[in-house]
Amino acid sequence: MGKYIIKRVLLAVLTVFVICAITFFLMHAVPGGPFNREKALSEATVAALNARYNLDKPLGEQFLLYLRNLLHGDFGVSLKNGREIKAIIGESFPISARLGISAMLVALVLGTVLGSTAALMRNRLPDRLIVFFSTLFTAVPSFILATMLLLIFCIELQWVPVWSATSHNYLLPVIALSAYPMAYITRLSKTSMLDALSQDYIRTARAKGVSKFKMIFKHALRNSLIPVITYAGPQIAYIITGSMVIETIFTVGGLGSKFVSAITNRDYTLIMATTIFLAALMVAANLICDLLYKLVDPRIKYD
Amino acid sequence: MENNGLPKKNPLSLQLDLSKFSQESFAPATDEEKRQQDVMSKSTTFFRDGMRKLFKNPLAVISLILLAAILLTIIIAPMVVPYSYEEILSVNGKRDKGAKNLAPFTYSQMEQKYIDQGGERFPHIFGTDEQCRDYFIRVVYATRISLFIGFFASIIVLIIGMLYGSISGYMGGRADLIMMRVVDVIYSLPDMLMIILLQVVLNERLQFPAGSFLSRMGTSMVSLFIVFGLLYWVGMARLIRGQILSIKENEYVLAARSIGAKPGRIIRKHIIPNCLSVIVISSALQIPSATFTESFLSFVGIGVKAPMPSLGSLANAAREGLQSYPYKLVFPAIVICLIVLSLNLLGDGLRDAFDPKLKR
Amino acid sequence: MSECLLSVQDLHTSFFTDAGEVQAVNGVSFDLNPGEILGIVGESGSGKSVTAYSIMQILAGTGRITGGRILFKGQDLSKWSEKQMQGFRGKNCSMIFQDPMTSLNPVFTIGDQMREAVVLHTDRRGAAADARVKELLELVGINEPEKRMKQYPFEHSGGMRQRVMIAMALACEPDILIADEPTTALDVTIQAQILELMQSLQKKMGMAVILVTHDLGVIADMCDNIIVMYGGRICERGTAREIFYNPKHEYTKGLLRSIPNVNNMKKKLVPIAGTPINMLNLPKGCAFCPRCDSAMKICLAQVPEEIMISEDHKASCWMNVRAAYEEVIGK
Repeated sequence: MGKYIIKRVLLAVLTVFVICAITFFLMHAVPGGPFNREKALSEATVAALNARYNLDKPLGEQFLLYLRNLLHGDFGVSLKNGREIKAIIGESFPISARLGISAMLVALVLGTVLGSTAALMRNRLPDRLIVFFSTLFTAVPSFILATMLLLIFCIELQWVPVWSATSHNYLLPVIALSAYPMAYITRLSKTSMLDALSQDYIRTARAKGVSKFKMIFKHALRNSLIPVITYAGPQIAYIITGSMVIETIFTVGGLGSKFVSAITNRDYTLIMATTIFLAALMVAANLICDLLYKLVDPRIKYD
Repeated sequence: MENNGLPKKNPLSLQLDLSKFSQESFAPATDEEKRQQDVMSKSTTFFRDGMRKLFKNPLAVISLILLAAILLTIIIAPMVVPYSYEEILSVNGKRDKGAKNLAPFTYSQMEQKYIDQGGERFPHIFGTDEQCRDYFIRVVYATRISLFIGFFASIIVLIIGMLYGSISGYMGGRADLIMMRVVDVIYSLPDMLMIILLQVVLNERLQFPAGSFLSRMGTSMVSLFIVFGLLYWVGMARLIRGQILSIKENEYVLAARSIGAKPGRIIRKHIIPNCLSVIVISSALQIPSATFTESFLSFVGIGVKAPMPSLGSLANAAREGLQSYPYKLVFPAIVICLIVLSLNLLGDGLRDAFDPKLKR
Repeated sequence: MSECLLSVQDLHTSFFTDAGEVQAVNGVSFDLNPGEILGIVGESGSGKSVTAYSIMQILAGTGRITGGRILFKGQDLSKWSEKQMQGFRGKNCSMIFQDPMTSLNPVFTIGDQMREAVVLHTDRRGAAADARVKELLELVGINEPEKRMKQYPFEHSGGMRQRVMIAMALACEPDILIADEPTTALDVTIQAQILELMQSLQKKMGMAVILVTHDLGVIADMCDNIIVMYGGRICERGTAREIFYNPKHEYTKGLLRSIPNVNNMKKKLVPIAGTPINMLNLPKGCAFCPRCDSAMKICLAQVPEEIMISEDHKASCWMNVRAAYEEVIGK
């Protein structure tokens, strides 16, 4: 087990390193480089940029210095407004985190419950309804859903207040963000529950005289949760990328919307730093999920 | 006395009424008669069996019909509708400024006057957008583009993935190990972020000789394909490799080899047909996800570039003025949902019908 | 009749699939007495397992009993509610299955799963239940029971797992033990051990056993009485001795003929021609007819009636009727 953990951690670190490298060199592949050197900048600005970012050094060295700075928490400065990126991330990430974690919990809990219900009441009305809606919501892109929710509930009906700096209403953003993962998890847990229910050990339990209820909630459920946990990793990735558009649409001041505006503004330093930050987050989440999965399934304990 | 094994105490004659029988009943049955008894189920091929199952699935059939309808529309519409997607509406050669943001099936003042004077004007089925362009034709073109991108992205993914996966799977050993490590690293990269990055860079960087086919497509579309080609093939490669590995081990490949069949023949006749169903299903499900990704990117502004419309960029543009002109969002939204939904349902239906691993 | 433990009367069971109704069991009747070891032998698809599942009423999704009665100590099981069946299963009648690898839940320990069997049908809880589990494990010959109880199924070999299954089945000292192909998935040497174990347990605890298998060797060793099934019907029934030394049904004869004789290596193997029957379209007459060398015209037209060959031997084959007929005619 220990060897497995070390292997996975090393792979994760390698991945983050590769991401940093790709991001760094890609950003520098943009004509004029990330600092818009093709534009006419004042001497003082050039000097300041050179000093801060070691621009006079060869590219490889720049990369290593950049990495070193990252590890020290120095994410650089936004090209657009000159603010410390660390501060930008610091104030916007908590909002995104709150949004993302809520969406994830909603998707996981509701998805598992709905999926198991559908499996249990197979081919009856609840199943058909659940299948219908979950299929529907896997087809609706989150940004479409978000825009429609905004239109209907914020603008037309005015039931939900629009997000502002003072009033943080997470309801609609969480719904929009969790819709797809929840639908996906519903279908996944239905399939895995049906699969678990068709296994031989369920037949054994039945032959022992176990009640239907116990059969499902004790014997089948634990087995059916395993595939759902393995999906948690990609789900986090989806939520992180999804939050970009959701935050933009609902004008939530989270890290995602900052990223989108950085792209629009060609704020390369911010793009670079945010990409690395979010990517590292995803890799870490995947790693944790991998390890969690191995914990839950005792068969893998002894690898 | 040996009595055919029947004890004298319970002669059969007492158990049954033997007068019911005649000599004829005990005449031997011919082979032909026996064959008639043995009613076997109709033999079908795997393909026919799968198609039968597919067409029994109402959702799959509906999706097929829907997709066919959409395809028909986007092929026929440009021939019927006299506007082009980038054409700013004009009446009698004069720019029609009043044709901004018209509601569906309404006309601008200029157009109305023209009609009153006896002219003919094709109705604006979806209205017009903020740049005085007919919205219906724009949605139709956007659908074309989104489907085109989705379809070709899937093909690129398919080709690269298949090549990589089959080479890796068939070669096995060291080569396979290394190739799969590469796949692992690519797989663990956060794809969306990488795509965004690549898009940003390629958009700036790519230059094509003017007038060539590539330049007509636009840098953003080409970069989309490049990006898909670079990142999305890994799933398919893994799948194919897995299939090849499991088939390689299968007895019938061993059997074929033991009677001297060459590797090429083995691949052609045994491995590919078995992979085929998996490939088709996975590709079918790839198209909606590629469409999804493309609309996401277009929504964020780094997808297909104006004036070429994409369902995602149309949806994004609809955000401004959402309150006043909600239909501008509704139409592309519905089209995206229909396309993705029917492709998903079709893929599911294909999987239910053709996946040999599914227990029925 | 009053001492008969289980009486299956004209049982019909079908599966209602997409492709149609699969009539898996078509009019099966037999009696089981306390302490009797009954063997049900037949090919795959003969309906033998489905018969067993019908008794326990653990048929898979689309399966249903469509006719007949199953009397346990005089009461008709087929009319019982699910709750009543839950009280019956594991307590009055237990079942062990073919594949011990997949028959145990991989995410629970052996102790957990066995404790469940004890707690469900007895009053024992906590330490008393654990003590019983330990007792059962020792009974089936598993050493170090305390250690084993804390382990997971995947940590054990096939033979061990089957022993655990047996222990679990016997937890509440059932009247009937049904074993569905208990040794098919095991190595030959382990097979012998498990069969020996089952025999000694039966002697010790005195329960009736229904042994379902396609393996004639297993049947010969263990069973008092044998039922031969084909096409969802009973071909022949009788004591082990009668069936093996005096088979009266063409199918049984075919089965016995096809056993390779290790002493006579030169003899060609004689399989039964043809393929197993398609249960979607049962023929009008005898189910075995298309594969039978001695098939007659009457075999095509009518299902054979069951004829009593001797007091403990009955067969459903028109050949026997022909023999009697010819005798009467005086041929």
